[in-house]
Amino acid sequence: MDFRDSQAEAEFRASLRAWLAENNPSLPTSSTDDEYWARQAEWHTSLYDAGFFGLSWPARYGGHDLPPVFDVILDEELAAVGAPPRPSLGYLVQGITTHGNEVIKDRFLPGLINGRARWCQGFSEPDAGSDLASLRTAATRDGDDYVIDGHKVWTSYSDLADWCFLLARTDPGVPRHKGLSAFAVPMDQAGIQQRPLRMINGITSEFGQVLFDSARVPAENMIGEPGEGWRVAMTIVSHEREPGELGYVARYAKTVKALEASVRAHPDACRSDQRDAVAWAHVQAEMLRLHVCRRLSERLDGVDHGPGGSIDKLLMTWVEQSVGTAALNLSGAGAVTDADDVALKIYLYSRAQSVMGGTSQIQKNIIAARILGLPTA
Amino acid sequence: MDTRDTPEQAELRRSARRLARELGPATVADLDDATRVKRLAVAVRDAGWLELRDDAGDGTPVAGGVEAAIVADALGGAVADVAFAGPLLAGDLARRAGVDDPDGVVVAFPSPLTEPAVMSGATTATPLYAVDAAGERVDAAHALIPEATGYRLARIAIGAGHETASPGSDLTRSVHVIPEGTPVEVVADQRRLLTADDLAAWSALGLALTSADLVGAMRGVLEVTVAYAAERRQFGVPVGSFQAVQHLLAEAHCLMEGSLSVALHASWAVDNLEPDDAWAAGRVAKAYCARSARTVCETAIQVHGGIGNTWDCLVHVYLRRALLSSQWLGDDGDQLRALEHHRLGVPDGLS
Repeated sequence: MDFRDSQAEAEFRASLRAWLAENNPSLPTSSTDDEYWARQAEWHTSLYDAGFFGLSWPARYGGHDLPPVFDVILDEELAAVGAPPRPSLGYLVQGITTHGNEVIKDRFLPGLINGRARWCQGFSEPDAGSDLASLRTAATRDGDDYVIDGHKVWTSYSDLADWCFLLARTDPGVPRHKGLSAFAVPMDQAGIQQRPLRMINGITSEFGQVLFDSARVPAENMIGEPGEGWRVAMTIVSHEREPGELGYVARYAKTVKALEASVRAHPDACRSDQRDAVAWAHVQAEMLRLHVCRRLSERLDGVDHGPGGSIDKLLMTWVEQSVGTAALNLSGAGAVTDADDVALKIYLYSRAQSVMGGTSQIQKNIIAARILGLPTA
Repeated sequence: MDTRDTPEQAELRRSARRLARELGPATVADLDDATRVKRLAVAVRDAGWLELRDDAGDGTPVAGGVEAAIVADALGGAVADVAFAGPLLAGDLARRAGVDDPDGVVVAFPSPLTEPAVMSGATTATPLYAVDAAGERVDAAHALIPEATGYRLARIAIGAGHETASPGSDLTRSVHVIPEGTPVEVVADQRRLLTADDLAAWSALGLALTSADLVGAMRGVLEVTVAYAAERRQFGVPVGSFQAVQHLLAEAHCLMEGSLSVALHASWAVDNLEPDDAWAAGRVAKAYCARSARTVCETAIQVHGGIGNTWDCLVHVYLRRALLSSQWLGDDGDQLRALEHHRLGVPDGLS
């Protein structure tokens, strides 16, 4: 057991630190400001072009073939200078890598990783949230294409996306988990309409809904085989639940640092419960950092955590919501007298974490059944 | 960075868990089985585990904080009624001071058990507590005497007949009261004064061992409780088939997993980070583990229902053990206060 950097890791950390000293875009705290999302693509390409993104992914697709723990170093250094977190798209990379054929991988992974192609994920629908397998968006074969009709919602980054990783029903005649397929659908076409959704903290450029009205996608853009869509989706959501894939550790650490700085500036203006909330947020954020160290180290054994991602998702949710609560607590009257209060926005955004990527209740069902082995009702 | 166990650490983890499971109490009634308790104590002593932090001959400990925490985790997991962290903390302090570590000595703590006792007179001025001593009696406890440039070790001899003192509320480890007015002697031939760094690193060990014990207790009590929920039937089905119960257990499992991640780091930090950083790692771990362990043990009692509120159900033995491991060297509230002082620049005494 060794938490210390190896020589290669230390060299990587030093070069990253030197680069960040010159290239930190100093964006507002993510998830609280539309400016962050507007400049997120620029940050992605900047990080990628400098050689600091896609660390553990195959070099063939633009990655660096490094062990997964290098992502911990990236997260730590981004947090240390208050830089934005790394782009959260590891789960799409995992989905395409696991299920796509060679043509699909060669065609889509480089742009996804280097940031030149923007992606969104079209899974949830108005009537298919936690019950994802009930989704009704239809993909009907028509010559060399599929024709898409349906409605996706709570779709992050849909306004900027070039591609939608779409889950649709290709065979309504078989049991519902077996009739789904996954596609890479080009967003720039007449049959697709994108509408922003305003989140409860007021930001409008993260969340969207996408309407498909006779949109078309070539059959060759299918990811996996016909009917493999449910398995593709499960690969994606299990990785979407892993903080090691998401890079959120840096986001939480950045916020905690800001909260600590405001306490240090006015220590005697803080009540003890406010200081406790900030200290607890630090403990939680550290827990997640160390948990990710452990999980990414376990991957050196080739361990695929499967349902273990649900554990990590719940831990991450508790961290985000502890940090959000600490921000609210510390802000006090500011959160109710100022509609643009950053702490209020952090707090409000944190409520989404127990829903996105599968609700906390769904995670607990998975843990109970598949990790604890408890009987089903 | 590779946080996995080395092959040797993995083997120690397996063997320590096996020994603890085989010789620890399987039922509350087993706590009264003197033959078993004796066998457990002998096995732990013969394994050399009580000397893991003693001087290896060159001033370094026989084994690292990681190895010590692996054993603590295993013993906590089986509510093993045997001394471990008490003798280790005494051995580690003696090693740092360059004195021999006689058997039967532990470190003395004043209430509320968060810091080692610091002496200024010829006799103790308040009641002190000798925590987790091996065997039924404890001969002496070590405390600190401040000097201009560091600390000397003091020896508080515990009189005959003291073995009948209150055993404390943890049914698996002892807490002996050392009465006020007990004579204090300076330990002869101390080769080094203890520095602030020594005490920070020593505290880091204490925080890592109590955190590891809590992780073990969480894992052990959850195993018992998940098995019970799968077996206990109400409304014609196992109670563990109800989402309300499943969700409590799933949350508890996550708390245990997160606790393991912080506790592993704290145990590694003891010998591998600067004393202040090891101390801070220990504080973070203990804050998370102490808060989690309370919730996990309370969940275990809740899921056991009425039976969980009876003396003969093993889960309160886990809760009691967790209460002592939390309090000893400071609970979550103490750790947050220390971290605030350290990170936020909040002066002591500010309320």
